[in-house]
Amino acid sequence: MHTHDTPLADPSVRRECRSLVLAGNPNTGKSVFFNFLTGIYVDVSNYPGTTIEVSRGRCGEMDVIDTPGVYGVSSFNDEERVARDIILEADVVLNVVDAVHLERDLFLTLQLIDMGIPMVVALNLMDEAKREGVSIDVDLLSDLLGVPVIPTVATRGEGLCQVQEAIASARPGHSDPQLLDRVHEVLREVGSRPEAVLVLEGDPVVSERHGVAPRELREEIYARRRMRVNDIVRHVVREESPRFSLSAALGRWTLHPVTGLVTLAAVLWVMYQFLGVFIAQTVVGYTEGELMQGYWEPWARATAARWFGDGSLAHTLLVGEFGVVTMTVTYLLGLLLPLVAGFYFSLSILEDSGYLPRLATLVDRFLTGLGLNGRAVVPIILGFGCITMATITTRLLGTVREKRIATAILNFTIPCSAQLGVITALLARAGGEMALAYVVVIGSCLVLVGTLLNRALPGESSPLLIDLPPMRLPRIENVLRKTVTRTYHFLREASGWFVLGSFVVVVMSVTGLLELWQSALSPMVVSWLQLPREAANAFVMGMVRRDFGAAGLAMMPLTAKQTLVALVTMTLFVPCIASVAILLKERGRREALIIWGASWILAFAVGGLVSQIVIR
Amino acid sequence: MTLDQVRKGSVVQILSIPGAEERAQLIRLGLGEGCRVRCAERLPLGPLVLRCHRQEVALGRNLARRIEVREESE
Repeated sequence: MHTHDTPLADPSVRRECRSLVLAGNPNTGKSVFFNFLTGIYVDVSNYPGTTIEVSRGRCGEMDVIDTPGVYGVSSFNDEERVARDIILEADVVLNVVDAVHLERDLFLTLQLIDMGIPMVVALNLMDEAKREGVSIDVDLLSDLLGVPVIPTVATRGEGLCQVQEAIASARPGHSDPQLLDRVHEVLREVGSRPEAVLVLEGDPVVSERHGVAPRELREEIYARRRMRVNDIVRHVVREESPRFSLSAALGRWTLHPVTGLVTLAAVLWVMYQFLGVFIAQTVVGYTEGELMQGYWEPWARATAARWFGDGSLAHTLLVGEFGVVTMTVTYLLGLLLPLVAGFYFSLSILEDSGYLPRLATLVDRFLTGLGLNGRAVVPIILGFGCITMATITTRLLGTVREKRIATAILNFTIPCSAQLGVITALLARAGGEMALAYVVVIGSCLVLVGTLLNRALPGESSPLLIDLPPMRLPRIENVLRKTVTRTYHFLREASGWFVLGSFVVVVMSVTGLLELWQSALSPMVVSWLQLPREAANAFVMGMVRRDFGAAGLAMMPLTAKQTLVALVTMTLFVPCIASVAILLKERGRREALIIWGASWILAFAVGGLVSQIVIR
Repeated sequence: MTLDQVRKGSVVQILSIPGAEERAQLIRLGLGEGCRVRCAERLPLGPLVLRCHRQEVALGRNLARRIEVREESE
C-alpha cells in the first residue's frame, strides 16, 4: 500500500504521466467508456488482496484506470476500499453519471468535487432518461457543479468523442465552502486535499495511514451534501409522466409476491437446463470424455512411457491414476474450465440484467433465518458450480460471521456440479421417491447447519440494504468479458492447489496409505450405513474429488434405498482437496479443521440415520 | 410507527435510521432521514422495497423494524 505524502496542490511535483480514473455508481456504463478510451490493449487484474477486478489501459499519454462501481468514496466494503485508493491516486477523474438516477449519482459527484480532484462528468443513459420522462438542463448542471458535463448514450457511441475531448478541460468543481474551511485545518497534518476530506468524513483507513484521529463529521458532511444534491436536482431536472416501460413493468413483476416466485422458478429452471444439463453433461461429456480422456491422456501416457518405465515412480506421479499431468489437467481443463465459465457466464447475465439484486431480495427472508442476508445467494449459486470458487466469493459478504456461516453451508451441504451430474443420474435410476427423500434430507441439513451456526456464533449479521437497478438487456460483449476474466482469475488462483492436492493423493497411493484408510473405514460402511464393503473406496476417493466418489458409487450394484444412503453420505462428506486448500487460505487452520472434521461426523451420522430408518 | 408496518403503496417520511453505516448508505442512495418514500412492495415476512423518485432500494425486514417513520396523508 503506498501513500503519497506530496501535496497534490503543489503543481511542481505532478507526476509526468497523467492518470485518468473512471469513477461512478454501479450500472452506469463505465466499462463502455473505458473500452472506448483504451482500445483493446487492456490489463485486467485483481486488486492486491481482493477479488475485485481492476482494468488498466492507456489513452495517448494517459494511464486509464477503471474502478469498481461505488455509491461514495469510503471504506465500507472491498469495492469501496479499492475505488478509494485508485481515486486518491488520480490526476483527473471521469465521473460517469446515470441521468435517470441523478439524486443518487450526484452524491458521489459532489464528494469527488469536495475532494478537489479535476474532473469531467459524463451524463450517461440519456436515452433511458428520455423514456422515463426525465429532461435535464445540462448547461445549468455544468454551471452548478463547476465542471464540464457531457450528455452521452454510451452504448450507441453518442457523446464518447466529446467526452474524450473534454478531458483536457477537466477542472475542480464548486465544493462546499464550509467544508473547505475544515479541510484547511486538517491539510497540514494529512498533506493532500482528497485525503483530508476523507479524514474529516471519519474514514478509518486513511486516518490511520497518516497517523491522525478520524474526525467524526461524516453525518454532518453527508447531510449537507445530500441537501446540495437535492437542491441541484430540483433546479436541473424536469419530470414529465413516464411512458409505459417494459423494464419498469418487469422490475415490478420480479418482486411481486406471486409473479416474483414464478419468475424465480423460471430463472432457476433455465439455469438448471443451461448449467446442469447443457454444460455439466453435454459440454463436459465432450471436453472431459472425448478431448481429455480420449486424446490428451493417452498421448501423455505414451509420451511419458518413452522417458520413464511403465510402473516407475515418476510414471505414476505424472501419468498414473491420479497423475499430475493426466488427472489434474483433465480435471482443470476438461471439467472445471467449462463449469466455472458456465457459472460465471450465468452470474454475469444475472448481474447485468439487474436481476441479481432482485433475486437477493426474494431469498432474503429465507437466508435471514440462516444468519445470512440475500446477498449470500451469490456464493450459494456458485457453490452448485464449484465449492472452491464459491468459498472465494464469500469475501463479498459483510461480516466475518456471515463468511463463516456461508463457508460452512457450502462445504457441508452444497453438492458441486462435478457431483450433481452423477447424483442426478443415480437418483433418476433410484426413482422419484428416493430423489425427493434426498432433496429433503440435504435441504434439512442446510437449514440445520445455518440455523445452528446462527444461534451459536456471537454477534449479528448485517441486514439487506440493496439498490435495485432497472432491468436491462445485458450487453453480450460485457458478459463475455466478465466471464473470461473471472474464469481466468479463478483458474489461476486455484490450479496450484489442485496440483498440490493430486500430488498428496499420489503419495498416499504409492505409500499404501490410501488402502489403509479404505480398510479402516469399511466396518463403519458395512454395519452402520449398510452398504457394500467397496463403498468405502468411494468415500476415500470422495475426499480427493467429489465426483470420483459419486462416480465410484455409480459402478456398484446398489438397491434404490442404498443409493439414497450412499448419496446423502457422499454429499455431506468432506470437501475435496482443492476446497480444503482454499478453506485453509480463506478461513484459517482452525476453522478449516473444524469444518473438515465435522463433515465426517455429519455425513456418517445423517447417512447412518437414514439407513437405519429406510433399510431394515 | 416503524417501517415494517407500512402498507404497500403508502407514502411515509423517514424519521430515524439506526446504525451509522446504514444511515450513511441510505443517505447516499437518497433515502436519508427526513426523506419521503413510497413503499413499492412488501414481500411476505421478507424485505420491503422503497421508492423515492426513480430510485428503488430493498431493505431487510429486521432493518425495517428499527427504522422510525411517519405516515403522510396523500
